[in-house]
Amino acid sequence: MNIHTIAQYLNDLGDQSATGHNFDCQPIAGEVDVLQISLAGREELPIFVSVTDDQVLCITYLWGENEIISDRRAEMMETMLEMNMPMPLSSFAKIGDKYAIFGALAISSSLAEIEHELAVLSDNAIDVIDDFSEYLN
Amino acid sequence: MSIFKKIFTAIRGGATEVGEAVVDANSTRIFEQEIRDAENHLTKAKRDLTDVMAKQMQASREVERLQKDIATHEGYATQALNKGDEALALEVAEKIAALETELTTQQAALENFTASVARLKDLIKKSERQVADYKRQLSVVKTTDSVHKATAAITDNFVSGNSKLLSAKESLERIKAKQQNFDDRMKASEQLQAEQGDASLEAKLKAAGIGEQESSANSILARLKSKQGE
Repeated sequence: MNIHTIAQYLNDLGDQSATGHNFDCQPIAGEVDVLQISLAGREELPIFVSVTDDQVLCITYLWGENEIISDRRAEMMETMLEMNMPMPLSSFAKIGDKYAIFGALAISSSLAEIEHELAVLSDNAIDVIDDFSEYLN
Repeated sequence: MSIFKKIFTAIRGGATEVGEAVVDANSTRIFEQEIRDAENHLTKAKRDLTDVMAKQMQASREVERLQKDIATHEGYATQALNKGDEALALEVAEKIAALETELTTQQAALENFTASVARLKDLIKKSERQVADYKRQLSVVKTTDSVHKATAAITDNFVSGNSKLLSAKESLERIKAKQQNFDDRMKASEQLQAEQGDASLEAKLKAAGIGEQESSANSILARLKSKQGE
C-alpha cells in the first residue's frame, strides 16, 4: 500500500464510490509522500494521507491555536477528550500549533476501507467544527 | 525512559522546527538492528526447542521400552523361580538390575528435557512479546517522524501554493453554502421533473379526450348557432 495506489483507486472511482463522494487526489512533494485528498464540495477541508511501515494515516486540520477563544481553551480540550471515543473512527490530535482529527488504519487495510475512513473523517471534521464553533473566534 | 516520554520531551523541547527530526535517524537504525538481533535469537530459540522436543520424545519412548522390558524380565524371573532354577532367576535379576539403572538414567534425561522444553517455551514467549514491543516502539518513533515530515511538506505546500488559509469557521460556512446550493439545485430539478410529469399526463388525457378540452372552431360555431336560434 502506498499513496499512489490510493490515489489511483480514488481517482478511478468517479461516480461509483460506495460513500457517494467524489475524491480528488494530489500528491505533495516532500521528504515523505503525502497525498492531499479533496472531497467534492468540501475543498476547504482537505485530508492528508501518509503511509508508514505499518499504518495509513489520514489527517484533517481543524483550526489553529490562534482561532480559539482563549478563555474557553481548557473547556474545549476537555470536550475533545470527552468526544474522542464517541466520534466514529477518528481521534483528536494536535500537530504543532494546529488541532486535527485523524484516523489510523493498518497497512493491510483494503482500498474500500480507506475510502470509508476518508468519508467518515470528512463528515467528522465538518460536525466537529460545527459543534466546537462556540470555542472559536 | 519510555518511548512516549522521549518523544514528549523532544516535542516539548522545541524539536518541532521544520526539517528537524524528533528522533535522530541513527538511533532509529540502532533500534532496528536490535529488533533484527532479537528476531535472530528468537529463530535460534525456536530451532533449539525443536531439537530438545525431539530428544524429549526419544527419551520418553526409551523409558517406555525399558519399563516394558523390565516387566517382561520380571515375568521370566518368576517363571525361573517357579521351575526351581535359582541360578537362571539370578541371571535374569542381574539383567533387570542393569535395565533399572538404564531406566533411572533415561528418566532423569526425560525430566531434564521436559524442563528444557518448558524453559525454552517461556523464553520464546517472552522474546516474542519483547520483539512485538520493540516494533511498537519503533512504529511510534517512525510515525512521529513521518507526521513531522508530512506536516513540513503540507506547510511548505500551503505557503508555496499561496493558497489563502481560511479559519475553520470560514471553511465550514463555505462548505455549508455549497451544500445548500447543491440541495437547492436538487430541489429545483425535482420540481421541474414533477411539473414535466404533470404536463405529459395532461397531454395524454387530452389525446384520450378526457378532461378539459380546448375549444375547437366547430364547437364555437355550434355555440354561435344555438345563440342565434334563441
